Amino acid sequence: MEYQNIFTQVQVEGPPEMGTKTLDGAENFRYGTPWFSRLAGAIGNAQIGPIYIGWFGVVSIITGTLWANIIGFNMLAQVGWSIPEFIRQLFWLALEPPSAEYGLSMPPLNDGGWYIIASFFLLISVISWWIRSYLRAVSHGMGYHVCWAFGAAIWLFLVLGLFRPILMGSWAEAVPYGIFPHLDWTTAFSLRYGNLFYNPFHALSIVFLYGSTLLFAMHGATILAVTRLGGDRELEQIYDRGTASERAALFWRWTMGFNATMEGIHRWAWWFAVLTPITGGIGILLTGTVVDNWYLWAVEHHYAPEYPFAFFAPTPNGG
Amino acid sequence: MDFNDKSSLWAAIGGQFAVGAIVAGVVFFGSIAYVGVPYWFGKTVVPTESEQIGFRGVAMGVTKFESEIEQQVADNEYVPYFEEPYPPADGEELMRDIDFYENVQVLGGLTEANFNRLMGAITEWVSPEQGCTYCHADDGNMASDEKYTKVVARRMIQMNWTINDGWGAHVNASGEGVGVTCYTCHRGQNVPEYIWFSSVPHENVGPSAAYQNRGVEQVAYSSLPTDAIERYLVNYEPISVSSYVPREPSEGTASIQHTERTYALMMHFSESLGVNCTYCHNSRAFYDAEQVTPYHSTALLGIAMVQELNNEYLIPLQGEYPDNRLGPLGDAPKAYCATCHQGANQPLLGANMLDQWPELVSPEPVYEEAAATQ
Repeated sequence: MEYQNIFTQVQVEGPPEMGTKTLDGAENFRYGTPWFSRLAGAIGNAQIGPIYIGWFGVVSIITGTLWANIIGFNMLAQVGWSIPEFIRQLFWLALEPPSAEYGLSMPPLNDGGWYIIASFFLLISVISWWIRSYLRAVSHGMGYHVCWAFGAAIWLFLVLGLFRPILMGSWAEAVPYGIFPHLDWTTAFSLRYGNLFYNPFHALSIVFLYGSTLLFAMHGATILAVTRLGGDRELEQIYDRGTASERAALFWRWTMGFNATMEGIHRWAWWFAVLTPITGGIGILLTGTVVDNWYLWAVEHHYAPEYPFAFFAPTPNGG
Repeated sequence: MDFNDKSSLWAAIGGQFAVGAIVAGVVFFGSIAYVGVPYWFGKTVVPTESEQIGFRGVAMGVTKFESEIEQQVADNEYVPYFEEPYPPADGEELMRDIDFYENVQVLGGLTEANFNRLMGAITEWVSPEQGCTYCHADDGNMASDEKYTKVVARRMIQMNWTINDGWGAHVNASGEGVGVTCYTCHRGQNVPEYIWFSSVPHENVGPSAAYQNRGVEQVAYSSLPTDAIERYLVNYEPISVSSYVPREPSEGTASIQHTERTYALMMHFSESLGVNCTYCHNSRAFYDAEQVTPYHSTALLGIAMVQELNNEYLIPLQGEYPDNRLGPLGDAPKAYCATCHQGANQPLLGANMLDQWPELVSPEPVYEEAAATQ
């Protein structure tokens, strides 16, 4: 029964793992005395630390903190420096991009200037973290799958905040930093450009997004289901196929006539995940730059069907 | 704590895990209770009613919360005034010919009986508690214009004529004789419940965020811009944002901020009329005037009507009001959809107003019976 719990119930604890020597000597920059957390162990590895602190990590944390603080203090200023109002309206407040009339120039600080500065810091922060994920892979002699996957997300981020605003000639096109405001931006973006539903790259992105969740559920379920046979030792099962792999494979072959391999399922999942922001980013980049009304584009390409007009008057109000 | 001792559940789980489990438990069982409890007591959470109004399979439907339907009825019941019109006899004197009455500037075309009937009704509609002296001078001089309310009331009567005579295509769109009276907006109150004032810009921020990102009723508690009403229903700014061709240069077209403002106006429409988007629009192409329902054109006329009412009648009255009737920026109270509609797609559920009140259609009222006897 234990593996049916979402939390890891039995946690084995030994001396902390301090890590091996790496190709670039990163072991000299690992800081902190490791400790164990039962809570962390319930969802992952119980050991916390040591952590590698390199220059790109430091730069990323500092610029990221600056970004968040610029947003926070702008929001606070907008409610007259009132902490209760800041908390009450937190989900509504935002740091907005500049007004459209400033184009790509630097606007006054209170009319989008802070937004540009904050975005600059966020850009440095995200890119630094990407470099960090790349360098850690080099250091550990790993493949670059993690940083390229992160790069796919960064592509969408750059399209929204950098590439598309430049192509449109205005920073006003960027997304506001705020909980509800960025959601309103999303709806307005679809309404402005004639319904994003008819953007085929939007459709592809949704396919990969939903596909990712489906694959994740199928794979997670399969591995948990064969844990009893050693299925959780996935890597060993890849190069030395055992009972768990056999059972998992046969289950799917006999259920739907086809099965992935122990390694291949991870390629499926990686590509689905990575293609979600890649296709989404293409769709956003084309919107307003190449296509101004996706519904009409879809009519032109026989992608949006015609329906006969019909109108049935509803019951009057109160009816 | 000995983590290796599995005999005790709590020892095995550990303190931190217990905190996590309690939080997870509260969220989990809280969610079940939130959704489930109303069912256990025989109620669904938000019961809705929906009706298909367009071609099958295209999501053209009207959806309403049952509770809101009941509220609509409760809020919009109309009891006609007890006095019916007095059709004038042939040659009956009109107010403008009767020397006893002075300073009758706009209702000179009424007979005395109908004039007094209208005065009585206005009192019941607008100032049932204060009575005649809400507008008329306390010293009994009915001709005096010393109270601002009388000056405003005179202009409001003229506004009624404009609405009922000039904007029949909007106020009679769903049936002859619906129209409006003072009661449509006032509902027994000195100041109609649903009026609006210019938004106060937020402090410490430029135009890009001066009028948005606050959870206020006017934009249905979204973070959409609150200056939408002023820009569209006073300043005649263009509402439409979409292109009418698949591809065109982006220069000169509406921004995302403009789109959000249009969306805010639509939220006001929806809230004011108690309807959803597809009451007028086809959601596959919101902008497309060829795929809308007939109500869309009624709404377009409504926009034009409110623009005229605000600019010709309500805003010019600013100088007449005392300070306590003005907005935070010193502006006059103004009208929008909710002023009349008050949650119903037909104000007062489409009750017929004009049969009883020809005096509010034209300065020279035409009475049905009188016309028949001629």
